Amino acid sequence: MRTRRKRLLLVLVGVAGLVLATALVLNAFRDNLVFFHTPSDIRAAVVPLDRSVRIGGLVEDGSVRREADGVTVYFRVTDTVVAVPVVYHGILPSLFREGQGVVATGRLQDDGVFRASQVMARHDETYMPPEAFEAIEQAQREQARTLLPEGR
Amino acid sequence: MIGELGLFALILALVLALAQGTLPLLGAARGDAALMAAGTGGAFGLLFFVALAYGALTLGFVVNDFSLAYVARHSNAMLPLHYRLTAVWGGHEGSLLLWVLILAVWNAAVAVFSRSLPREVLARVLGVLGLLAVGFLAFTLFTSSPFERLLPAPADGHDLNPLLQDPGLIFHPPILYTGYVGFSVAFAFAIAALIGGRLDAAWARWSRPWTAVAWGFLTLGIALGAWWAYYVIGWGGWWFWDPVENASFMPWLLGTALLHSLAVTEKRGSFRSWTVMLAILTFALVLLGTFLVRSGVLTSVHAFAVDPERGVFLLGFMALVVTAALILFAWRAGSVGLGGGFGVVSRESALLVNNVLLTVAGAAVLLGTLYPLLLDTLGLGRISVGPPYFEAIFLPLMLPLLLLLGFGMQLRWKQDDPVEQARCLRGIFLLSLAVGLVWPLLVGTWSLLASIGIFLGLWIISVGVKDLLARLRPRPQCQETRWMRARRLGRSYVGMQFAHAGVGLLVIGVTFVLGYDEERDVRMAVGDTVTVSGYDFRLESLERIRGPNYSGERATVAVFSGERALGTLHPEMRRYASQAMPIAHTALDRGLFRDLYVNLGEPLPDGAWLMRVYVKPYMNWVWTGALFMALGGFLAATDRRYRMPARRARAEEPRP
Repeated sequence: MRTRRKRLLLVLVGVAGLVLATALVLNAFRDNLVFFHTPSDIRAAVVPLDRSVRIGGLVEDGSVRREADGVTVYFRVTDTVVAVPVVYHGILPSLFREGQGVVATGRLQDDGVFRASQVMARHDETYMPPEAFEAIEQAQREQARTLLPEGR
Repeated sequence: MIGELGLFALILALVLALAQGTLPLLGAARGDAALMAAGTGGAFGLLFFVALAYGALTLGFVVNDFSLAYVARHSNAMLPLHYRLTAVWGGHEGSLLLWVLILAVWNAAVAVFSRSLPREVLARVLGVLGLLAVGFLAFTLFTSSPFERLLPAPADGHDLNPLLQDPGLIFHPPILYTGYVGFSVAFAFAIAALIGGRLDAAWARWSRPWTAVAWGFLTLGIALGAWWAYYVIGWGGWWFWDPVENASFMPWLLGTALLHSLAVTEKRGSFRSWTVMLAILTFALVLLGTFLVRSGVLTSVHAFAVDPERGVFLLGFMALVVTAALILFAWRAGSVGLGGGFGVVSRESALLVNNVLLTVAGAAVLLGTLYPLLLDTLGLGRISVGPPYFEAIFLPLMLPLLLLLGFGMQLRWKQDDPVEQARCLRGIFLLSLAVGLVWPLLVGTWSLLASIGIFLGLWIISVGVKDLLARLRPRPQCQETRWMRARRLGRSYVGMQFAHAGVGLLVIGVTFVLGYDEERDVRMAVGDTVTVSGYDFRLESLERIRGPNYSGERATVAVFSGERALGTLHPEMRRYASQAMPIAHTALDRGLFRDLYVNLGEPLPDGAWLMRVYVKPYMNWVWTGALFMALGGFLAATDRRYRMPARRARAEEPRP
């Protein structure tokens, strides 16, 4: 009797643990998954306004502008087809350069400006954020597909 | 010549590991004493040859032998000697060699300290460890040899990643690896017990000190990693829930569960199969972590060169080890038995809930770490799972665990009276609650979460203190002073007290840092002042500097608290000759109740700098807490009872 009760207790605690885990994970996933989008996605209006997302691409040449306080920076992230204006308040990573790959986490605002809370650039000479690379490839594939029929 | 000698030593080590992995197991199966004894010799030989290989690689770094491709990639002639010595583990191949060396050291340590175990048990443990060594040596030799030549040899090497040119890095990898690899001993004991079919209290007692030491090192290693990130990465953060951090944190969570479950198995004989399962799972997570970090599926400071061959090898090795262990478990676990029964309110129950919560936490971290990788691999889109996910999961799991910790320490084995315990702990509970409600007001504005955190930290610490005082109270019937009683406490108990007090300190520290740190990114020209958390930071001057292999700028920042000068801080921005990326060197003024943190961010065109000026309250409590926990693990491992039976067993052995 005693062993059976103990086994039952163990099983119950185990099941309770599993239920707890599943509930917590599902709940946390629902609110906190950060999806990746390309600048083209933003023009296609598939990016939700109310949650945190990541965008990636190149910092457009000549787009970086600083406010007088030095801390607020405006630039545009492009996948070579569409460019998205970004505003960031803080210190940029040391390898942030115009024409280089970048990934930004933040929210898209109503006015179409992306407010970044975190900006990541490559972290050594050889490495480009894979997401930035992918954004550009994807945009160029899309462009090639849509341009070709029109060119006929 | 050095390189070839090293390679040759590694090959010999592999041969010895093969012998160590087969002969003793065979001997144990056949009852052949000579074959069983081969394990000990094999372990010492393995250590000798791996150390030789490691020495050869180190020598390559000391004499700047750039014909070794690995040396050329991770060192150069201008690098100071102490960083050339640590550059040995600055890249993938060398750090893997360090990993194998540490495995060999654990191996030999088992051979030395477990001589008094029954011959069959020692033979099986060493056999399993030998097989693991075969796996890692083969991985080193076939996919990641550090002794490959680069001909013609370059005149100078590339450089050690400047982020790694820091004293923090001298200790972080070796200590972390020691902890990480140490769980292979717990695993080997579990597998040996499964093979032998003897899972009892004695097995748990043999396995426990090894697990405690490994756990202590892992705790220390993780803490050092966080400590290093805190001032080297330069964002003032110390835990990012980065997949690489999770790779070491998951085995820590399960290892913590294992440590507690072993206590039940040793003291009461319960939870046996669960304990074995935990030992297997912990080691599986160690292997998974190795795979995540080494295969190049992640990109971070820790990710080494991408090479699919390595990933496939490690994945295959992991699959093999875990599958074999689980099959063995399925085959043997049925005959294990359940051990003593226990009531609902008992220490066993408390530890059971501890195990469930820690395992659930480990599983949730695992899911959050693997899910994005899985989606990406399957081409289902790119997502990332950031700190909010992990925080959302961790808080609801850790709060009940910490609350339970206080009760659990007090509960008696088997059955306890809840009413009696409630009466006994009521005072402490209310006092901690009251102080927890007030303390945050001294630091900043009141918040519920801060109060809960402080209350839990205080609760854990004060229950520990109360328990200690109760044990030290002199009893009228025996003539013992407090001091004599203190000496009789037992290291196992003292270790537990240390570790739990560490948890309390850590919780208080984390609560304050997360709740009340103030971070300002601000433009500063010479003469400018910024005020953060009541401290005034004034940029006094900027100057150019020149180091052995870098040049850069150094700022002088004076700090004032009101009118009182607190001294100056010197953050630097260094440009290393061999790298395009400038590296910021943070200036820190550490204190008991706050850290002042100043860091150069970006130069602006007009000569001013963007600077990070942070005030981090109670940061040192986090480090102290982690240190206490690790110390607790080490203390507990040196308890007399782990040595006593050994001595007795040796005395009883018939002399030949």
